[in-house]
Amino acid sequence: MATIKLDAKVPEGPIGEKWTKYKSSVPLVNPANKRSLEIIVVGTGLAGSSAAASLAEMGYKVKTFCFQDSPRRAHSIAAQGGINAAKNYQNDGDSTYRLFYDTIKGGDYRAREGNVHRLAEVSANIIDQCVAQGVPFARDYGGMLRNRSFGGTQVQRTFYAAGQTGQQLLLGAYSALERQIGKGSVVNYSRHEMLDVVKIDGKARGIIARNLITGELERHFGHAVLLCTGGYGNVFYLSTNAMGSNVTAAWKAHKQGALFANPCFTQIHPTCIPVSGDHQSKLTLMSESLRNDGRIWVPKQKDDKRAANDIPEEERDYYLERRYPAFGNLVPRDIASRAAKERCDAGYGVGATKMAVYLDFKSNLINKYGRAEATKLGIENPDLDTLIRLGKEVVKEEYGNLFDMYKQITGEDPYEVPMMIYPAVHYTMGGVWVDYNLMTTVPGLYCLGEANFSDHGANRLGASALMQGLSDGYFVIPYTIGAYLSAEIKTKAIPTDHEAFVEAEKSTRERIEKLINIKGKQSPESFHKRLGKIMWEKCGMARSEKGLKEAIAEIQALKKEFWSDLRVLGDIDGFNPELDKAGRVADFIELGELMCVDALDRNESCGGHFREEYQEDGGEAMRDDENYMYVSAWEHKGESQWELHKEELKYENIKIAQRNYK
Amino acid sequence: MTINLKVWKQKNAKTSGNLETYKVDHVSPDMSFLEMFDVLNEKLVQENKEPIAFDHDCREGICGMCSMYINGQPHGPLEGVTTCQLHMRTFNDGDTIVVEPWRSKAFPVIKDLVVDRSAFDRIIASGGFVSVNTGNAQDANNLAIGKDKADMAFAAAACIGCGACVAACKNASAMLFVSAKVSQLALLPQGQPERESRALNMVAQMDAEGFGACTNTGACAAECPKEISLDNIARLNREFLGASISSTSV
Repeated sequence: MATIKLDAKVPEGPIGEKWTKYKSSVPLVNPANKRSLEIIVVGTGLAGSSAAASLAEMGYKVKTFCFQDSPRRAHSIAAQGGINAAKNYQNDGDSTYRLFYDTIKGGDYRAREGNVHRLAEVSANIIDQCVAQGVPFARDYGGMLRNRSFGGTQVQRTFYAAGQTGQQLLLGAYSALERQIGKGSVVNYSRHEMLDVVKIDGKARGIIARNLITGELERHFGHAVLLCTGGYGNVFYLSTNAMGSNVTAAWKAHKQGALFANPCFTQIHPTCIPVSGDHQSKLTLMSESLRNDGRIWVPKQKDDKRAANDIPEEERDYYLERRYPAFGNLVPRDIASRAAKERCDAGYGVGATKMAVYLDFKSNLINKYGRAEATKLGIENPDLDTLIRLGKEVVKEEYGNLFDMYKQITGEDPYEVPMMIYPAVHYTMGGVWVDYNLMTTVPGLYCLGEANFSDHGANRLGASALMQGLSDGYFVIPYTIGAYLSAEIKTKAIPTDHEAFVEAEKSTRERIEKLINIKGKQSPESFHKRLGKIMWEKCGMARSEKGLKEAIAEIQALKKEFWSDLRVLGDIDGFNPELDKAGRVADFIELGELMCVDALDRNESCGGHFREEYQEDGGEAMRDDENYMYVSAWEHKGESQWELHKEELKYENIKIAQRNYK
Repeated sequence: MTINLKVWKQKNAKTSGNLETYKVDHVSPDMSFLEMFDVLNEKLVQENKEPIAFDHDCREGICGMCSMYINGQPHGPLEGVTTCQLHMRTFNDGDTIVVEPWRSKAFPVIKDLVVDRSAFDRIIASGGFVSVNTGNAQDANNLAIGKDKADMAFAAAACIGCGACVAACKNASAMLFVSAKVSQLALLPQGQPERESRALNMVAQMDAEGFGACTNTGACAAECPKEISLDNIARLNREFLGASISSTSV
């Protein structure tokens, strides 16, 4: 096998002109030829739905696949707070460059400049497109769009629809997709799971998918295959991801030759509802937007037993405001998460488990909103009750569904008492390696959205995931896919009785049979929980050489146990969620090992990757630009074997600096 | 807590099903209803019995995947809550709870508590969109939309497509679902060009899928986990009537 040479294919020229020049010089496919080119899109979240709809509008023949019962249920639906765009509608100094700069800096200088600048450039178009589809963003009385702040920025560039922004954006993309399905230009396969990429002469030419209702394996041809399958946060078992979110499609691609980049870059979100017990199946996020109006604190006194509202102002430690006065409660996620862990580890945590901090709305509710409303209504010297009542109405409008959700889950009313929050796994910056065209190291195989690694470096800023998913789908892939497909116009659709399809289906079937025939004693769920525990403890918020080495050994042992003592009940030829889960857990176990290998290789702390050995005296992360300013792209070489390829990162437009939010 | 369950078991679409009885011990009041099912399923695996199949995904009340009648009510006894957000503190120690899949001709059972809701996708495909290709859009703030209209459109757009409205309706009507989408787009300027065809096509598709007629009972809105208002049905009726009279197709 030829050695892989990583070429990011970023166009030459000044940063602000790269994408414009690229667009006017990329080869095109004429409308007649588009009709005979078939594209497979796996996953129907923001990236998948927007890509499938846009490509079908252009005339390509598209097939979409999702494991859920409808494309609309992909986990993008759950994104809460908002989507960034450099519109500068607030007249506060925003620009494409600032969004570019904030994203690179927020990512702790581990993202590729060319891709990120393009993302910032198309961000404004996304808002236009979504509004045109009827996405009901928040508006002011005059009818203009509203914005709010998110972490790691000093401008207001986040567009939102209450705490349901992901839902509204996905329903917009889904409606565009359904329109194409109605026209017959997209064929959708719900309750189907991709289980392998089929390669012919080195190029991706289709997939093997399992019909999750009948259990049948199906072969599907495509001139190109797009993986839009989301992140792998569920490797930790407990995360804010949906129960079904998995790495399987990306992992199968990895085993077929697609390099996996920066797997250890995972985002721990600072504001989630804390774990309540062993039964816990998932964690629920409380949107970062709450940090606009919520102040984070712990008592100054260790093991303070008083109720939050009984602790006077001067005995509270607003530790983010204390440590990072310039950004305060709006520091990036990795910093806010570590600061919460630091306070809890030092014994200042609150709640029954002492593994939580307060997120308190009272002062802004009363002083910011309550007073403003009172002034508006001409109420002089309003009493406290009036301020609370007026402030509550505003807060309800901004975050109502989040407050309701918190109350539903915890049984406490956040209008009355501060929320208790703790960090939880949320997003994965790492993913399948792609070049500027979003193509993986397998020709014809693309990867979009959270599933790829490209835009967020070692830490993603809030409200940038929705931006990236839709950027990739609406405005990037429609252009970049032409670079490949323009050379494929002579390739006729390959019949699926080709030996490559037969062989891929056979090996997929053998693996499924193997899983169901182990007939051991332990459920897929129980293995998943054990893997999650290893990952959280040793490859979570803090990592060390010793811990990672132990984790690798433990994961290898778990893998052996899995393949000898797994119990999958139910039938192979019918609807069987246990079997689906078993396959996904098997892939998570392999990925978990690679994440630890990657974390062990990276002898520095940057973004979400914090190695205990590499920190400054104040506990801040210590980056090593001299030795680690590269993307780690791992090539699968056999069981528990990977080869590291490095893509050196060059910063020609942004001056590298220690990240400073103080 | 100990909870007794009577759960609908059905092997596949072709076989008939029946209620089976289960007992779940050590239920914590902090568990969600679905986490109680996780505990039961883990127990069943240990006993070498096939687990109960049920739909679920985000477990934070937004994906619309979970779908169970709990004691005859879609998503259970609480208002404005999906099954995944229903916690066991709502129930008492020793309660017997009956759990069934959505019952509607247009939502055939796939297995146990899992049903096929693809009819909803086909209704959206028939007209639940604004026909605007990628790249066609003008600057977003060129279109001023009053806050009142924007808020009403948002309230209608909050529908999660779970199907509880159909399940709650004695006629298994999908009017609340259809009206939410028709309302959202009829309230916004972007939806105007296709306003009439949308109402006509979506209603036609709803009928073709085998959903029943609406008799304004209001059970749908009462059970909707996103509290989609019955006003939307009134708006749909007006839209449909208006379109039927003025449409060039009749």
